[in-house]
Amino acid sequence: MGDFQIKKQPKQYDVIIVGSGAGGGMAAYVLANAGLKVCLIEAGPNFDPAKNSAQFKNPWESPRRGASTKFRPFGDFDGCYWGWDIDGEPYTQSGTTKWDWWRARMLGGRTNHWGRISLRFGPKDFKGKSIDGLGDDWPIGYEDVKPYYDKIDQLIGIFGTNEGLPNDPDGFFLPPPKPRLHELFIKRAATNIGIPVIPSRLSILTKQLPNNKDRNCVFCGQCGRSCKLYGDFSSSSVLIKPALATGNVDLVTNAMAREVLTNRDGLATGISYVSKDDMQEYQVFGKTVILAASACESARLMLNSKSPRYPNGIANSSGVIGKYLHDSTGADMGGIIPELFDRKRYNEDGVGGMHVYTPWWLDNKKLDFPRGYHIEYGGGFGMPLYGFQWGIEKLNGMYKIKDKQKEAGGYGVSLKEDYRYFFGAHVGMAGRGEGIAREDSYCEIDPSVVDKYGIPVLRFHTSWSDYEINQAKHMKETFKEILHSMGAVVTWGGDDGPQNNYGLHNPGNIIHEAGTVRMGNDPKRSVLNKWSQAHDCKNLFCVDGGQFVSQADKNITWTILALAMRASEHIVDELKKQNL
Amino acid sequence: MDRRKSIKALLIGGAASAVFIEACKNSDKKVTEETTLTKFTGDERMQEENDHYKKVAADHFFDQHELATITVLADIIIPRDAVSGSASDAKVTDFIEFIVKDIPSHQTPMRGGLRWLDLQCLKRFEKTFKDCSSKQQIEIVDEIAYPKKAKPEMQQGVAFFNLMRNLTSTGFYTSEIGVKDVGYMGNTPNQWNGVPDDVLKQYGLSYSEKELKECVSFDKG
Repeated sequence: MGDFQIKKQPKQYDVIIVGSGAGGGMAAYVLANAGLKVCLIEAGPNFDPAKNSAQFKNPWESPRRGASTKFRPFGDFDGCYWGWDIDGEPYTQSGTTKWDWWRARMLGGRTNHWGRISLRFGPKDFKGKSIDGLGDDWPIGYEDVKPYYDKIDQLIGIFGTNEGLPNDPDGFFLPPPKPRLHELFIKRAATNIGIPVIPSRLSILTKQLPNNKDRNCVFCGQCGRSCKLYGDFSSSSVLIKPALATGNVDLVTNAMAREVLTNRDGLATGISYVSKDDMQEYQVFGKTVILAASACESARLMLNSKSPRYPNGIANSSGVIGKYLHDSTGADMGGIIPELFDRKRYNEDGVGGMHVYTPWWLDNKKLDFPRGYHIEYGGGFGMPLYGFQWGIEKLNGMYKIKDKQKEAGGYGVSLKEDYRYFFGAHVGMAGRGEGIAREDSYCEIDPSVVDKYGIPVLRFHTSWSDYEINQAKHMKETFKEILHSMGAVVTWGGDDGPQNNYGLHNPGNIIHEAGTVRMGNDPKRSVLNKWSQAHDCKNLFCVDGGQFVSQADKNITWTILALAMRASEHIVDELKKQNL
Repeated sequence: MDRRKSIKALLIGGAASAVFIEACKNSDKKVTEETTLTKFTGDERMQEENDHYKKVAADHFFDQHELATITVLADIIIPRDAVSGSASDAKVTDFIEFIVKDIPSHQTPMRGGLRWLDLQCLKRFEKTFKDCSSKQQIEIVDEIAYPKKAKPEMQQGVAFFNLMRNLTSTGFYTSEIGVKDVGYMGNTPNQWNGVPDDVLKQYGLSYSEKELKECVSFDKG
């Protein structure tokens, strides 16, 4: 191991930010543009989509043809470094818990891994408890966040349509792309049975932004790989690059934060971290510390920042840090549309993701679960990758192919005909819903396990309640109805039932975890105030998913961005007033 | 001076020895391997992935007999036809050798399945599968290629052939030949202007006025 010492960086920053995803990237962008000196710490390596994306790679340019690895669980071309398991960075589970924890380690964090689905919360989404008595209300409402959603729509770019829906607010939208063929089938079928289908809302530039000609979408459908032309939103290209251009940001990559440092008055003074490059210990100092390491990593960092002043971890007099951990619910189903067999070929890529979706459309008062879900759709002519039409022996004996009934399985010239015949006829749908944040669903520090850097790791204790299970049951019934209505046949996900919670994914698996450092007006029941600022430590902020009281059925990135912008503007004001 | 040119010069000069020829072969092999390594270890890869790839690529799993058997089977599953080439034209055997190293759960079913097949052929034809006549090969393949009509005692062979069919087809349809065959036309910069008119017509569909008004359109030209 050799000897090592703690290296203290002499520079005094205005702000130190831990994490470079949506929250950290937005904070760096706002604060650097306000002229503040920022140190941005990221646990993974540098990443620039222009240089590091596998955007236009063909399947044969991967030795595994796009199959997943532990480095890229969503496939060999996916834009995100790491995922469910990181070498040398374990986490543990308590009892029967099956928590899945996705961790990105790279500049831009998890904005390198998402469907660009950018949904505003609606007015009801901030006031859940007032509506159904479950969970808690936020200390803020839609009217507090709306101005920031408005700014972000215009700064970053998003397509969609203003539909005037009460809980899916209008915004500043670029025009959406036209629906693909299978999406027209879905729209017709769902609408016929009373389920709305509207243009999706994704942060992808179907047109250039009026004030930014540097970003451009070329409709290659590969947003998931990250965009060399910066045509979609990722924190590295859209926020951190311009933040660095101000000259006000020092970026430290491969730096794993260990603790928030404090002084005798209990104020945060900086961050200690271990460099993965040289395995040396460092400390950086600043007037304000912003945590944006992801809901669970920020909670872990706070719980690990113990001192006589903060025996339970920094800013944790309430004991709430780590609690109320919740993820979106998720259940899925797929089918095949016989009417689409033997389709005419054309380029159907469009943008990277669905062109239409279904926002929550029912009244929960009439249902046996309290909160809603939206439906995401997929299908069409995807790039052939590892697993292409895998299991054709279960399919090709079920339909007449070119008017001929065949025996299932087979080989040879006849089999080649089958692959052509079925290509582009598959369709899939996924429900993503709101679960209830509960005190007894939490993460905590495992008392006996550390990672390779000697940092104590998280232990998870989470479960689903009947609310989420009933919701998954409803999703499955709905998917079957839609598939039936469009003349499709269920090919997977149709056999789930009470034996497996109706196919409800493990908590954490939908990668929308939130709630561990939640905000609130009562310092005994929350960690942060309504400005994302710690009740117990006024110069410590948390601007990632940790601050969420609840998360609606809306993918949380757009709200993380809005809250991070709001908190950062507040910090600028407070620093000016010398309140921090 | 280019080393290969210098070796060539030595050969021409009549000073070549077995050692030089061997050195020449090795250096060419090394050049090929390095080219393959660079192809899969570009700027889009992180260090840990490159280390993993180099390790997997340097390893060997199947022996020569197994590789030859895989090639025969793969060409039975995906032969050349009027549209495109065969599995071996698309180098599917190389893909299968790589993927079983990368996804080790395929190793035992593949190795055991190949051996199961050889034993069936030895009992029936006194030859391993690859040395059987085409007629004999097809006779045994026909007994394991159709899951629903296969005899109960052939079910292990059915499971193996299903895996072999799936791996072969994945390898083929993700190759340049296979992508062209199946007609995937994307992954290229363009402008999405919606479903082509003739296709809409074929399915009795049309874009609504609302869609035409609100969606992005590009000049068709």
